[in-house]
Amino acid sequence: MSDIKTDIVDCDILVIGGGTGGPMAAIKAKEKNPGLKVVLMEKANVKRSGAVSMGMDGLNNAVIPGYATPEQYVKEITVANDGIVHQKAVMAYATGSYPMIQYLDSIGVKFEKDGSGEYNVRKVHHMGTYVLPMPEGHHVKKALYRQLRRLQVMITNRYMATRLLTGPDGQVAGAMGVNTRTSEFLVVRAKSVVLACGAAGRLGLPASGYLFGTYENPANCGDGYAMAYHAGAGLANLECYQINPLIKDYNGPACAYVTGPFGGYTANNKGERFIECDYWSGQMMKEFFSELQSGNGPVFLNMTHLAEETISEIETILHSNERPSRGRFHENRGTNYRERMVEMHISEIGFCSGHSASGVWVDENARTTVAGLYAAGDMASVPHNYMLGAFVNGGIAGRDAADYCASTDLPAYDPAFVAAEQERILAPTRREDGLTPFEMEFKTRRLVNDYLQPPKVTAKYRIAQERFGEVREDLSALCVRDPHELMRALELQSILDCADMAAAASLYRTESRWGLYHWRVDHPATDNENWFCHTLLYKDEAGKMAHRKRDVDPYVVPIPEEEMGAYHQLRTAAPLAAE
Amino acid sequence: MPHAHHSTSVPVTVDDAKCIAEKGCRVCIDVCPLDVLAINPATGKAHMKYDECWYCMPCEVDCPTHAVKVEIPYLLR
Ligand SMILES: Cc1cc2nc3c(=O)[nH]c(=O)nc-3n(C[C@H](O)[C@H](O)[C@H](O)COP(=O)(O)OP(=O)(O)OC[C@H]3O[C@@H](n4cnc5c(N)ncnc54)[C@H](O)[C@@H]3O)c2cc1C
Ligand code: SF4
Ligand code: SF4
Repeated sequence: MSDIKTDIVDCDILVIGGGTGGPMAAIKAKEKNPGLKVVLMEKANVKRSGAVSMGMDGLNNAVIPGYATPEQYVKEITVANDGIVHQKAVMAYATGSYPMIQYLDSIGVKFEKDGSGEYNVRKVHHMGTYVLPMPEGHHVKKALYRQLRRLQVMITNRYMATRLLTGPDGQVAGAMGVNTRTSEFLVVRAKSVVLACGAAGRLGLPASGYLFGTYENPANCGDGYAMAYHAGAGLANLECYQINPLIKDYNGPACAYVTGPFGGYTANNKGERFIECDYWSGQMMKEFFSELQSGNGPVFLNMTHLAEETISEIETILHSNERPSRGRFHENRGTNYRERMVEMHISEIGFCSGHSASGVWVDENARTTVAGLYAAGDMASVPHNYMLGAFVNGGIAGRDAADYCASTDLPAYDPAFVAAEQERILAPTRREDGLTPFEMEFKTRRLVNDYLQPPKVTAKYRIAQERFGEVREDLSALCVRDPHELMRALELQSILDCADMAAAASLYRTESRWGLYHWRVDHPATDNENWFCHTLLYKDEAGKMAHRKRDVDPYVVPIPEEEMGAYHQLRTAAPLAAE
Repeated sequence: MPHAHHSTSVPVTVDDAKCIAEKGCRVCIDVCPLDVLAINPATGKAHMKYDECWYCMPCEVDCPTHAVKVEIPYLLR
């Protein structure tokens, strides 16, 4: 790997990540101004990349007239996140939700409708009704791909972005990419960049020990967070981890959202319900954790009481769309929903705003704190966004970026930075032997489990920081044999950055909030006086990790004091007998 | 630090008799989000080169000849 080719491409907008939010950003930018040159850079292949690679079972958070109003939704999300939300961004999502559903419908994405052609919305959240099933959800990626082709978005598959380029005034100026099969470089100069690289799903180590047995698509390993951080952007509330209730070992969603409306529920080992609402929140996860600690575990998804037609319908949905290998997993173990409850567990930690409230800080226009840089989807800070949020906010980012480009020239970039980055990338290829990406990733993620998994103990967090520091020193011995391993080596470095960010952000917020997600054993109380604020983590002038508080903007939808605690009363009053 | 040889069983298998890679097909290799499939130089057919699988199944579903079979990786089976 000595003489590596470098291509340089100029464009107006570079979108990084061709999963869900990224394609929509590219599509909406092109629709806004067809004259723009838009490049979509994807680590895998846009046809089958990202969380919705195989499709999706439904919209988790559809705000559809007649079922919910944007105000109701904003209220629900504010309450579910203990009040720490930028409501304007949640409102921008909520008002964009229905038009986006109609748009998706128009490009061939199918949603469940009733006999009269109305959307068939179901209730799973604590207060409102927002779940819209997609029994034929496997067409999502095809529909997006057709649209990208039609609008002539330039797609570069199998290029992994590694660092953002910045201009003389700190504004974004493009990105560096490396081909995952040839290690060739691609420098994309752009007036504006949209980051849509998904969650940081390879942070903790799955209990199975299999590095790729994650909830998230493992291509989403935190590159987006690392790139934003190194470019100087602020990252919000990273201490609000993603921890999910999943099928044990399989590590996929048990899908209380799919089964709940049919009568399935989360139960303890006696088959009893212990939470009233299966909506994933930090408080729900804390109840789940307590149930396991109390000796009433394992926790299960119970469907044994349902009628045969209902169970076959559930099977058809769960075994054909988003995680179709689930049927095979159950079959291997002889788990039949009719006879046996499905064993669940608490996942390892990650970052993901799709399911919690952390991420690269964005406002209601999807703008980050770096000029010209946008973020959307699971890596941006709009809470509980899920798939529809990735689409809506991707669309917002694309349109706003199109406007931004109109009044901006292509910024200069620093060739010395590019040369240094090429050196960082190639360093592991220059060594004859040394540590492999596999073992360094395994160790980092094992340490994340040992020391960062909540409940969060300050003394353990300090040890974690020391250990991560040692792993960082070991990077000087990292060695790879081919371009594929080089991709893994670069991913490992993003994972390590995210591990450091998770530890630092958690130590900064000296209170407990968001249930299990940020349970500080040494600071068990919620301290609204000092911590009713966002935290922003950023790289300071000296290149060190720094923090500051950011006020929660005045609410656009006021919340009466007595409603704020709604998500704190999730435990059933008395154990309910199985029905 | 020299390297050890460490082998694992792969979760994804290809039926060589059905695979038409010699006709230029690369579908499974193209769609895999983790880029773990490749042409096996010994057989000219597709195979799983790296044991780094999300058991997501585009490789199996998109293969025109139904040559690919995805199993759950042994560690979590
Ligand atoms: C198993 C599962 C089930 C889910 N079920 C539902 C559901 O039923 N309903 C619902 O509403 N939501 C659901 N979600 C959530 C929803 O799918 C996500 O919130 C949404 O798809 C996220 O979109 P995104 O664009 O942020 O990320 P993704 O769609 O994952 O896209 C990220 C893309 O970035 C690429 N990428 C990563 N790093 C780089 C890099 N360095 N360079 C270039 N490209 C890069 C990746 O390859 C990927 O294609 C589910 C998620 C999962 C994982
Ligand atoms: S998609 Fe099927 S036929 Fe084509 S290369 Fe892969 S295994 Fe062979
Ligand atoms: S199941 Fe998914 S990750 Fe595994 S080889 Fe097939 S496409 Fe790749």
